[in-house]
Amino acid sequence: MFFIAVVAHFAVAALALIGLRRRPVIAAGIGLVVLAGTALAITAEGIGATSAPRKTIEWLPLLGFNFTFQVDGFAVVMGMLVSILGFGVLAYSIAYFEHDATFTRFVGLFMAFAGSMTGLVLAEDLFTMFIFWELTSVWSFLLIGLHDKSEAARRSAVRALLTTGAGGLCMLVGIGLLQIQFGTTSFEQLGNIAPTGTIASVAASLLLVGAFTKSAQFPFHFWLPGAMAAPTPVSAYLHSATMVKAGIVLLARTAPIFGDSGVWRWWVVLAGVATMLLGGWRALRETDAKLVLAHSTVSQLGLLTVLFGIGSPYATYAGVAHLVAHAIFKAGLFLGVGVIDHELGTRDVSKIGSARRVVPISVAAIGACLLSMAGIIPLFGFATKEKAIVALLDAEYGLAGPVALWGVVAGSVLSVAYSVRLLHALVRTPDDSAAHHEHHESSALMRSTLAAPVVVAAVVSLGFGFAASTVGSWLVSPSSALDVKAVSKLALWPGINDALLISLVVIAIGAVIGWKAPLESKTAQQPRGERVFDVVYDSTIAGAKRVTAVVQPGSLPIYVGVALLLISLAPLSSMFVDGVSPLSALTSGTALEASVSVIAIVLAIGVAVLQSRFTGAMFLGGVGYAIAALFALRGAPDLAVTQLLVETLTIVVFLLALRVMTRTTTRPISRFPQVTRIFIAATLGIAIPLFVLAVRGARTAPSASQEYLARSVDEAGGRNVVNVILVDFRGFDTMGEIVVLAIAALGVANLVRAAEMHRRGSVSAKKVA
Amino acid sequence: MIQSKILEELVDRWLTKVATLVAIFITFRGHNAPGGGFAGGLILGAAFVLQYLAGQQPTIRRRPILRPERLLGAGLLLALSTTIAPLLVGGSPLESYIWTMTLPQIGKIKVVSSMFFDFGVFFVVVAVVLMVLSFLGIRGGAITNESAGGNS
Repeated sequence: MFFIAVVAHFAVAALALIGLRRRPVIAAGIGLVVLAGTALAITAEGIGATSAPRKTIEWLPLLGFNFTFQVDGFAVVMGMLVSILGFGVLAYSIAYFEHDATFTRFVGLFMAFAGSMTGLVLAEDLFTMFIFWELTSVWSFLLIGLHDKSEAARRSAVRALLTTGAGGLCMLVGIGLLQIQFGTTSFEQLGNIAPTGTIASVAASLLLVGAFTKSAQFPFHFWLPGAMAAPTPVSAYLHSATMVKAGIVLLARTAPIFGDSGVWRWWVVLAGVATMLLGGWRALRETDAKLVLAHSTVSQLGLLTVLFGIGSPYATYAGVAHLVAHAIFKAGLFLGVGVIDHELGTRDVSKIGSARRVVPISVAAIGACLLSMAGIIPLFGFATKEKAIVALLDAEYGLAGPVALWGVVAGSVLSVAYSVRLLHALVRTPDDSAAHHEHHESSALMRSTLAAPVVVAAVVSLGFGFAASTVGSWLVSPSSALDVKAVSKLALWPGINDALLISLVVIAIGAVIGWKAPLESKTAQQPRGERVFDVVYDSTIAGAKRVTAVVQPGSLPIYVGVALLLISLAPLSSMFVDGVSPLSALTSGTALEASVSVIAIVLAIGVAVLQSRFTGAMFLGGVGYAIAALFALRGAPDLAVTQLLVETLTIVVFLLALRVMTRTTTRPISRFPQVTRIFIAATLGIAIPLFVLAVRGARTAPSASQEYLARSVDEAGGRNVVNVILVDFRGFDTMGEIVVLAIAALGVANLVRAAEMHRRGSVSAKKVA
Repeated sequence: MIQSKILEELVDRWLTKVATLVAIFITFRGHNAPGGGFAGGLILGAAFVLQYLAGQQPTIRRRPILRPERLLGAGLLLALSTTIAPLLVGGSPLESYIWTMTLPQIGKIKVVSSMFFDFGVFFVVVAVVLMVLSFLGIRGGAITNESAGGNS
């Protein structure tokens, strides 16, 4: 059932992109139904089931690659987030894109993304997760670049794709290592094996790189703010609520497996804390409200990384809780800023103060979400952040525990500060210079459609806060699906304890910093991460161009020379290494064979020496006929016949081509002097015969011809083994060869056509002149 | 170029027909004796080359062959479908199936599925020769003559 729901997403995507191009709103409507149905299907099957429902689709069973989905507690909560937030964001986008022609593409890509993301959170093994992981990267790329005429959007899309794509490749290597070493990529089976050793550590590190790039952890954090070039619904859904959580999902699934290996804990704690602080700091300085939110997302993802990665059961529980809280308030915030942008035409924090006159309800809702982000009682964010601090106070992992705790505390100060700064921006009276945006005449229905998801997010943040203990009991099943011991509870008022005191201090310091923080920024420079990326990217492209200029100079003599040299050096070097004496295989031939060979040699020398192209071609044909005679003498009639015919036709083709060339060979005008040519020719002429002799003497395995002879009549029904090899035993080779022949013929045809067109062009040019 | 009327007649009336028969014979016997689609195709191709050298366009029954590309595609398709056809009945690609049947008057004959693959090869080879003749020969010659201008 849930699997059908996943497939339905892609069906709607295809429908929106192909069938309903002119009616995107209808496609969006169907998409809403599918999203709601998915949420229902996942809840119905996942909640209350005694064992998690599972579905396996065999893909490459021999290699152990199958698609496996499982609806356990964590998958339910993630799947519901993806579907329900998707529902809200898609509904919002109908109003947001009211006057935007890109809506068709948006709906298709959005549904494809939602399907991929659902597949990702339901994945039960690393391989399945990887496939959907990469899919989400691709949809994200296309959605960031939705406004494809904007240079900035395209560059940001490329940055995001390459960063997450590189991480995905690292992850793939890690998955491959695990598959090879432990024979499985299933989370459950890996958990039972409890991999240890160098390979497990390397694989775990590679998986971490994948998770860090996807979830924008330091030092890969830079792509996420850049992704804000996307329209607001994309930012709210992909780049705050769901896709960037993919790395967190991976961490959550693999932390119970690798959490105790040495490298793991330090990696996640350091990366998470660094990301929290860096994101928080930059969020304090940005002037674009959307970028403030982007950096705050980076910072919050750092917190989640620490909570899920550190491996303590309570921290895992706190992580699940905060993940839910963050998804709700951050989606509300992004959509809210989108409302302000839609009405005011600006997102500048020094100007959005006037929004409360235009859209008071939305601004109030944004305020509630901000309080939840700051972790102020009675909102849901307070309960979850409180739980996080309690869990980290209890964590005992040597030095890593305190580093995580105080890092999170410092990060929380910053998150309070940037939340308060945004609140300050919303409540203060702005300069009246902020011109009123000339917005489209939106109907009341559209305006309320825009505001509705924001209000819902705020109400849920508040409601979950008051019902913290109930919500907390819902979250037991998701977190215990990750870690059996991760059973805990949430409370709105935990009583006076260390964590509460820490929270109070954090809020006090953060509020002061946030209120005092300037709303106007003085310097606006490109973030360092983006600059580093651009330098790497640009120098890679430039380097590729230089390499191409060297290895592809466009000179036929150089191509042929290099190819021939390699052809002769490779066999020579192998003989050098293996030390086979070539002459041992020399067999005697008859006098007739010897004389034919001499003719061939003389003719070959003639080809090289003669100046006239025509005579040269004739001599070359003669060499071919002599070889054919040798084939016939050695008892290979098939080869002899074919060689004879091919040689004949080749001469004709040669003569046809010679008509357009000069009659005699001219002195070579190229970078290849005569000496080099002679050297290459001589090397090839010596190496190939030596190699052929050496190969004859070096046989260790029995000849394949015996087997072919034995099987020919029975299996292929033919007595001519040569032909049976061509059409049956090695039929694939023949298939490839005739394709090559066909391509060569088409090449000839197109070259001549090009020459004709060129001529026609020059003739008509002459006529004009 | 050879402009002899007698040679033209000879090539047209006899050589092409004989060559066609020989080519088909060689193709058919290939499975059990020297020959096969490649050699057969080359023989028919050689006949067309002779026609060309005798100053004619390659013809079959006096009708010029205008679109050798179609023959090329048909040959490739035939070979490809013989390659994948066994998959439809659960075999492996290019697997050979042998049918023996008895025809009245002729007697027992054996048909091997890979024969059709060989026909594909035959058509491709013929088509390649025809294309080279048509493009490099006729149309290429037109370019050469034009560019040579008054020299010839």
